[in-house]
Amino acid sequence: MSDVAREAGRGRGGREVLPFALLLPSVVFLILLIVIPMVQALLLAVQGDNGDLTTEHFQRMLGDTAFRDALRNTLLLLVLIVPLQIGIALAMALLVHSRFRGHAWFLYIYAIPLAVSDLAAGILWLSVFTERGYLNSILQGLGLIKDPIIYLSYESFGTILGAIVIAESWRATALVLVILVAGLQLIPRDYFEAADLFGASRLRRTIHIVLPLLRPSLQSALIIRTIFAFGTFAAVFALAGRNMPVLAGEAYSWYANNRNAHVAASYALVLLGLAIVMTVVYLRVLGIREAERTR
Amino acid sequence: MPKPIRTLIYPLILAVILGACSTQGTPAGGGGGAASPGASAVGKAFVFASTQFTPTTEQEAMRTKILAAYKGAGVDFITDAEAVILDRITAEAKAGGQGQVGIIGLENGQFGSLVGPGYLQDAGTVMGKYKDAGIPADFVTLGKAGGTTQVYIPWMQATYFLAVNKKALPFLPSGADVNALTYDQLISWGKNIQEKTGKRMIGLPAGNNSLLHRLLQGYFYPSYTGGLITTYKSAEAETMWGQIRELWKVTNPQSTTYAFMQEPLQSEEVWIGFDHAARLINVLKAKPDDFLAVPAPAGPKGRYYMSVVVGLAIPKTTPNQAGAEALIDYLLKPETQIATLRENSFFPVVKVDLPTDLNPGLKLEAAAVAKQAGSKDAKVVPLPVGLGAKGGDLNKAMIDTFSRIVVKNEDIKTVLAEQAVLVQKAITDANAKCWGPDGTSTGPCQVK
Repeated sequence: MSDVAREAGRGRGGREVLPFALLLPSVVFLILLIVIPMVQALLLAVQGDNGDLTTEHFQRMLGDTAFRDALRNTLLLLVLIVPLQIGIALAMALLVHSRFRGHAWFLYIYAIPLAVSDLAAGILWLSVFTERGYLNSILQGLGLIKDPIIYLSYESFGTILGAIVIAESWRATALVLVILVAGLQLIPRDYFEAADLFGASRLRRTIHIVLPLLRPSLQSALIIRTIFAFGTFAAVFALAGRNMPVLAGEAYSWYANNRNAHVAASYALVLLGLAIVMTVVYLRVLGIREAERTR
Repeated sequence: MPKPIRTLIYPLILAVILGACSTQGTPAGGGGGAASPGASAVGKAFVFASTQFTPTTEQEAMRTKILAAYKGAGVDFITDAEAVILDRITAEAKAGGQGQVGIIGLENGQFGSLVGPGYLQDAGTVMGKYKDAGIPADFVTLGKAGGTTQVYIPWMQATYFLAVNKKALPFLPSGADVNALTYDQLISWGKNIQEKTGKRMIGLPAGNNSLLHRLLQGYFYPSYTGGLITTYKSAEAETMWGQIRELWKVTNPQSTTYAFMQEPLQSEEVWIGFDHAARLINVLKAKPDDFLAVPAPAGPKGRYYMSVVVGLAIPKTTPNQAGAEALIDYLLKPETQIATLRENSFFPVVKVDLPTDLNPGLKLEAAAVAKQAGSKDAKVVPLPVGLGAKGGDLNKAMIDTFSRIVVKNEDIKTVLAEQAVLVQKAITDANAKCWGPDGTSTGPCQVK
């Protein structure tokens, strides 16, 4: 903080006002756009039409034919997609960080999917995986298959799941990559120089320097990516249609198609609960010591 | 810029543009050719919000062609998903005073949640102006949304039918007339095709945002059981679900991803598709020589079909009453109604003589509509009446019945008993009387 700012920030009684003043806009923003809607969603989920407290909407959600499938599919996608993305993104980040010739172009190319909206990505992959899509055309053109394979059939859950995992990994890995590249750039070069001095191999450098120092970034990436994974639904909608309900998709469906905001809010609360639990788990498991935080 | 980079950049730009197009919501403003220079003389410009014409090409056709000859106050035509449009009207009504939306165009079944809280004007006087326009009396009654006051003015109509690739015709079961099929014949047809080609070439729209519930409400249920609500778990309904399972066995297994049947028909993933006219028209227009459009099949109780009416209503918060009425006047003119058919494939509700130079795809569609309505055993069903906001619950209950019985192969009797409770709850909550094939009732319609 500059001296001028420090001067200006000193309010009555010598207490610092400036930090709070600087925080104010984002606090107002969060209250208006996050806290109030969250409270409204909570009320929608627990209030009846006449304003009385009720568990009717939750019961309705739990009794919904799609609920259990949606919960299972959401968790399944999470377990499959998040580790895969973190792994790929880490590999890509290390590649970019190794500063080989033209590494900057790699970063640009990797980041392309970030510019594509969820639904557009879903539709793009639909044109790949559909019966008369690009994948079958290529396989047929190469003479590898005679008749087109139906990947997106309700009869083969595995291929639908595979298609979604590929589409989602393609779309959102870049997000993790950007966070990890930023984290890598924060690691002071002294450590690498010291490692070089002692003749550490590239592998040892990665294991003993990069990974431990990258932990705060990995933690942020995991939290952000997991929360996003709970919200996944546009790509699932495009590729799996009604074959693969997910929690966010059901919330949308209950709101938009069934016009029932109460049950939609109940689904949203389940998602919120899951996201909070996972975030706490990450914070605990990847617990970051105070020393690292202030580094 | 080096060449390989340029070749990368262009697809990226294209992808971004496509991404922008795919998101819902059309920015307001720039009402296209609709705003006339003398707009100030005819009052305040207003928004025309519609759940119809959501595809970009249809929106453009509406703004630049259908509304081209309109000379009134500036009109900003916007379309969006049902939820978004209904929320906007609700928000404007709750805010009170004058809103921006001057007029709305919704499907018959979508008016319900605006009627209950009283967000729309009584359109009785406006309706009176068109008593000699030849609008079918049934449509005018439907415009009362199950009550006594006129809620909307019928604007245009559509229905559902089968689009058939001519390649499927050699497999037609012997004795079957493609213009007068029964559901049994449709199933045999699918079986024949599967036996001879190894492929399942019938397509049903069973994906997200499909209109499967309408096929159940207006076609399968009444054709097999002679009713919908009253006969929901009847013995005839059990037979029907058994038959739908048979049909499903010869239906393309990607059907659970289909929202509009025109795309799989065009890519020949399927040869026979059953859907809403507006969701079939592109393939008929693209390949009129390769396709037939034929009436929906008949069941044991007749050839029931659903008539979809799209209506116009004026919210109480309209910023320009006279302007909205003038726009209704314009949209109901025979010339405008024909332009609407030509551009966006919805059929006129007023009496008009169809021009002879229609697009071949539209001609196919018009012929199918006429054949369907003119079949000896034809019986018409409206969209559900009087359900209001509970219409969504009814649709959900029906789609879930389909998923459980047909896709997941659960026991028919058990599922019908369980889902009937949900159907009844939707009807009772909405206090909806029986409609259409179920006849009439004094209290809420009852599942028997």
